[in-house]
Amino acid sequence: MPRVGSKENLEKLRSEILAKRDPNKPYITLCSGTACRATGSDRVADAIEEELKKQGLTKEVGFRRTGCHGFCERGPIIIIHPEEICYLSVTPEDVSEILSNTVKGKEIIDRLLYTDPGTGERIVYERDIPFYKYQNRLVFGDNLRIDPTNIEDYVALGGYRALAKVLHEMTAEEVLEEVKSANLRGRGGGGFPAGKKWESTKNAPGEPKYVIVNCDEGDPGAYMDRSIMEGNPHRVLEGLTIGAYAICSNQGFVYVRQEYPLAVKNLAIALEQAKEYGFLGDDILGSGFKFDVAVHRGAGAFVSGESSALMNAIEGKVGEPRPKYIHTSESGVWDKPSNLNNVETWAIVPLILEKGADWFNSIGTGGSKGTKIFSLVGTVNNTGLVEVPMGMTLRDIIYKIGGGIPGGKKFKGVQTGGPSGGIIPEHYLDSPVDFDELTKLGSMMGSGGMIVIDEETCIVDLARYFVDFLCDESCGKCVPCREGLKRMREILDGIVAGRGKEGDIEQLEEIAKVMKTASLCALGTTAANPALSTIRYFRAEYEAHIKDKRCPALVCKALISYYIEPEECIACLRCLKDCPEGAIEGEKRKIHVIDQSKCIKCGICYDVCPPKVGAVTKLSGMPVPPPVPEADRVIERGKEDEIRN
Amino acid sequence: MIEMVEIDLKRVDEIIERYKGEEGVLIQLLLDIQSEFNWIPREVIARISERMRIPKSQIYRIASFYKAMSLNPVGRHILQVCLGTACQVRGAPKILDRVEENLKIKEGATTSDMRFSLRRVNCLGCCAMGPVVVVDGDYHGKITPAMVEGILAKYE
Repeated sequence: MPRVGSKENLEKLRSEILAKRDPNKPYITLCSGTACRATGSDRVADAIEEELKKQGLTKEVGFRRTGCHGFCERGPIIIIHPEEICYLSVTPEDVSEILSNTVKGKEIIDRLLYTDPGTGERIVYERDIPFYKYQNRLVFGDNLRIDPTNIEDYVALGGYRALAKVLHEMTAEEVLEEVKSANLRGRGGGGFPAGKKWESTKNAPGEPKYVIVNCDEGDPGAYMDRSIMEGNPHRVLEGLTIGAYAICSNQGFVYVRQEYPLAVKNLAIALEQAKEYGFLGDDILGSGFKFDVAVHRGAGAFVSGESSALMNAIEGKVGEPRPKYIHTSESGVWDKPSNLNNVETWAIVPLILEKGADWFNSIGTGGSKGTKIFSLVGTVNNTGLVEVPMGMTLRDIIYKIGGGIPGGKKFKGVQTGGPSGGIIPEHYLDSPVDFDELTKLGSMMGSGGMIVIDEETCIVDLARYFVDFLCDESCGKCVPCREGLKRMREILDGIVAGRGKEGDIEQLEEIAKVMKTASLCALGTTAANPALSTIRYFRAEYEAHIKDKRCPALVCKALISYYIEPEECIACLRCLKDCPEGAIEGEKRKIHVIDQSKCIKCGICYDVCPPKVGAVTKLSGMPVPPPVPEADRVIERGKEDEIRN
Repeated sequence: MIEMVEIDLKRVDEIIERYKGEEGVLIQLLLDIQSEFNWIPREVIARISERMRIPKSQIYRIASFYKAMSLNPVGRHILQVCLGTACQVRGAPKILDRVEENLKIKEGATTSDMRFSLRRVNCLGCCAMGPVVVVDGDYHGKITPAMVEGILAKYE
């Protein structure tokens, strides 16, 4: 492929690609993001390729492996175009039928459709499924149409048009103004205005200047940046190149986690192709502008996602943060002015330049414009990535899109903002989600993790989990963060182990205050959030642990006991056989009893007891009733059969 | 007793060659070594130090800081238990407990017969399947404590 040497040639290339493609030709897209690969997308892909050959359809039917579609709960997902018929949880065994019946025969296969859990209605088209219906997928929507390893797919959808417009019709200042007036705020955590950051880098003395994509994404439970990088890498590169033009930078870096092998691979392919087509390198699109991008693989350290730490890592050093009185926009990589934004932020840039700042401002709330991708996970029915306009309420996201809490359990809270975010209780479910509202609630937007928790999650244990995580990830450079987290972990460990004492809560609050004031980087200043927000909203649960030695959610091992209700037990031997410690006594037709002195509280008995029976229970804050006397343990015949039938 | 493996230093030199003369490449180089050998042996560190003219202390500092690098040899199977937040709230701690009791090692360690290396990871990004256990790249989703033994038995 010769380089695309001008704006006109880009349009020509696009028409040529479209002319080669018959819009009515059926084609299948298969979600092949990391999550779908984990559920067997590779085997489905093999089956499709084999079956296309077998049925002689390789010419008539197109097949594309795409990035993540978002509905991970029901992967692997197949969409049959042009109708956009959506099949969920597809297995290799379904493939032959899909090709012969739906692609050839235009018949719908009911069992592969989405079934509305409320009405039982089956939904044929992707756009009508509630999970997708309430979303506004500006950034993420193209994922289901693009093979990320084929640049032509991106160009066919108008890719690199914004770049061509910028390079040929706008000055660097005009680009900067557009992004500033779009009020684009960084999607990586802090929500700092991107235009302002670009401007300070542009104006900072020193050459060369660097632009950087942060694809470190260390927050557990968040994977939207990975999914954009895997599914639509050219969008990110286009955004980065536009930013480089505005900032007057000729060198970019992409910092991507080594743990994201597919993102690393697709990015490398995209870079190769972009160079080949002349969207990167010297004289981009005939404009004279020169820009190159190097990839730096991150080696797995949460703190390295912090901007100054990440820049240290790019230099090949230990990824520890630098003091914040020197802005990275003035002194970043190799002490040169450097501008860093995360993947999602860069991916929005081409849209703003193409459709204009006014368009972007028309979406969202007063202080937060545009859409945001959230990774909706935890105890929620529809796990996946959702992109919604800023300002949608938590309730709409969790219930309308997420389908609510599984198993009829009660909603307890939603954790946003990653490990340094906070947990928002039910009371605030109707709050709109944007940068400022979440901060007001004691949490934050972070990079967009949204972890739903139900009544079976212990809040104190969860706070301990986050503090433990941050304790591991604290780089240890500054004392408040390093020591503060350790002391907090000790106190929380004590509380969940039943050693909590009066004054623990106050002590946690005091440590938090010091950490917030005196830590070096954002990891430390926000590290107390999980403890503070849970104390704020769930103080009673802390007090139950400390004063009554009771875990209301029945989670904390040291505070609970497993107990078999003699009235309910049907003596089916299941728990008895599965107990790894042999702690359960009993035999057929004889009520089972747990020997509390042998029990290690692994919970297997609780899991294997048939739900209909529900004899194994958890107790907390009360003594375990004494075992039933031997003589009374025999149960009459037929009880088990009765339940089984 | 951990068995000693012969390290192919020629392979190490080839990897070093890719980066020689470039600035700021130590992390990338060590990552390549890690994917080649699954860990970073002492002899390799000495070799890099000699060839790249980088003090050993600096290499150790990097290799001990980053999670993706291991200074200890790994077992035949790498078993990762996801403890990302989504898996955590779906019961992953009980899974990790079960694995630890079954293998009689703590997370981060390798069994004495070199059968398993056990790692706790913070999110694999397939939260819909949580709790998740990954053995050598095979994903096992929606795990309960009772399923652990069966999964371990599949790997010799």
